[in-house]
Amino acid sequence: MAVSNTQSDGVMLDVRNLCMYFHTFDGVIKAVDDISFSLKEKEILGIVGESGSGKSAASYSILKLLAGNGKIESGQIIFEGQDLVPASEKKMRQVRGDKISMVFQDSLTSLDPLKTIEQQISEMFILHRPEMTKAERREKCLELLRAVGIPKPEERLKSYPFQLSGGMRQRVVIAIALSIEPKLLIADEPTTALDVTIQAQILRLMTRLVRDQGTSLILITHDLAVVSENADRIAVMYCGKLVEHASRDELIHHACHPYTVGLLKCIPRLRSSRPRLPYIPGMVPAMLHLPQGCYFADRCPRAQDRCRQEQPQLIEHTPGHFVACHFPLQAGEDVF
Amino acid sequence: MLKYFLRRFGQMLIVMLVVSILVFFLTSFLGDPVLMLVREDASEAEIQAARVRLGLDRPIYVQYGIFLQDLLQGNFGVSYTYGKPAMSLILERFPATMEVVIVASLLIIFIAIPLGVYAGAFPNRRSSKLIMGGSILGISLPNFWIGMMLIYIFAVELHVMPASGRGQVGTFLGISSSLFTKDGWKHLILPSVTLAISNIASTLRLTRSGIIETMREDFVKFLRAKGAGNRRIMFGHALKNALIPVVTVLGLNIGGLIAFTTVTETIYAWPGMGKLLIDSIGKADRPIIVAYLMVTAGMFVVINFIVDILYSLIDPRISLA
Repeated sequence: MAVSNTQSDGVMLDVRNLCMYFHTFDGVIKAVDDISFSLKEKEILGIVGESGSGKSAASYSILKLLAGNGKIESGQIIFEGQDLVPASEKKMRQVRGDKISMVFQDSLTSLDPLKTIEQQISEMFILHRPEMTKAERREKCLELLRAVGIPKPEERLKSYPFQLSGGMRQRVVIAIALSIEPKLLIADEPTTALDVTIQAQILRLMTRLVRDQGTSLILITHDLAVVSENADRIAVMYCGKLVEHASRDELIHHACHPYTVGLLKCIPRLRSSRPRLPYIPGMVPAMLHLPQGCYFADRCPRAQDRCRQEQPQLIEHTPGHFVACHFPLQAGEDVF
Repeated sequence: MLKYFLRRFGQMLIVMLVVSILVFFLTSFLGDPVLMLVREDASEAEIQAARVRLGLDRPIYVQYGIFLQDLLQGNFGVSYTYGKPAMSLILERFPATMEVVIVASLLIIFIAIPLGVYAGAFPNRRSSKLIMGGSILGISLPNFWIGMMLIYIFAVELHVMPASGRGQVGTFLGISSSLFTKDGWKHLILPSVTLAISNIASTLRLTRSGIIETMREDFVKFLRAKGAGNRRIMFGHALKNALIPVVTVLGLNIGGLIAFTTVTETIYAWPGMGKLLIDSIGKADRPIIVAYLMVTAGMFVVINFIVDILYSLIDPRISLA
């Protein structure tokens, strides 16, 4: 809640106390549990977390692309001054693709296997720019393919997804997502399915295009190294909760949640004398049986009785730096 | 393409040859056709004379050799009972069978696929559940029982449909068929529905599960993120993806329909190939049985060939070669 109080001008997305639960046969999974964050225009926000931390669920919630058993329980998603939570499906269809675009985790399977690249890019214009003629659409398709660095775009228009490599397919997906010049792009693990060698290329391409178009970006990843290179601000999620949130430099150099510090330590470094890569001990608790107090308490070397009884709230630790921890690290302290 | 076509044609010949061998030897267990042909009080000498006349006195492999020799000249042998060439007897009845098969296939395609798409798109609606429940009935009720029930309801009780026979036959472009007269259509409906019902049920279920599966694919999620609506996702993308297995099964089933007409034609006294086969089995009339099964096997191969072509048209990842 504290985050939204500090909003200044240029805020285009303001998520307030968002809760999204999955209702399963075994019980309720609080995939997104009371998270708040905001995004300014042209800003790049990185959301980091382990698998199952709710980072993807949070991004799907923004576009209300939820599976049958997922439901937004409470909170607000204010996009350009309008709350999307009560918006109709029809209204959401106009927002999706046009105002807010999304690139998915499984980039390789994001394209319809039976449609040509041209058909799949043009579809965006058919949906959102119905006044365009066929020739105009084709011209735009070529322009987009060139922009994402696909060689011989004229030939590629007629190709089917299976004829392209993984990196090429992801470039096409990015071209589609950015085709209408959306206000916001949400990229959910955009490079996870790709070869390591082209991950950096694709990320660089995406951040460059986003900056050129003036689009805001939410970059969701489990790889802190990825966001530390590209993001303006970083938010860390754990078990559906936002545990730390600060500007990139602040978070990387002055992280004060033990979990974030643990994550930072796990980034491998060249020229490091450490014989083995450090890791965070223990396991993520089961989402159906979350402990009473702080969800990280069982893995935290600093945990005390209070941590196991009382859940910490996200508070402003230093100006612009939010943390949900009873005993945040002070400057110069080390945990592991 | 030509090479592919030739290879498939070669395959068809091999299949037909294998069928002919199997059927030729198996029908020798059906009974002695000579005893069915001669008078009840025929003498031993008369029976022997008939046996020699039909060439049945020689060992079976010699008979098969003679059959093959005749086959090379396009001669499938002469029916023992009718005394006419077996193939021309079959071809005479071929249109009658095909018109039932064609109408049944159209019923399957135009009823099963739309219903399957509907039930797959809205799996939780009451109407979808009704469709699925009905399809279980369609699969489990035996063909002949459905035929008799339809006759009972529509012919015996309601008097709206004829109970049996082919009805009036019209001629169009040199083809004579009941498809060209109103009376012919009236006679066609019940047999076609009987033949189609279990296939409608199974095709419908396959289409539904294909649609449900496709709707869970990642590209559908991406389409939603693009801002596409349900109708566009369903008919513009999901249906084509879901159709691939449906086309395979449909191809096999339509081949199966040709074979299944034997039951339907018997119930409705429909003068088609199937009825001819049943009659011939009763009389151990081997030339007709062999010729019929070779024609059916050939049709199967042709239908599968068409299915393969449809495949490559639907899915760019599959190429003919």
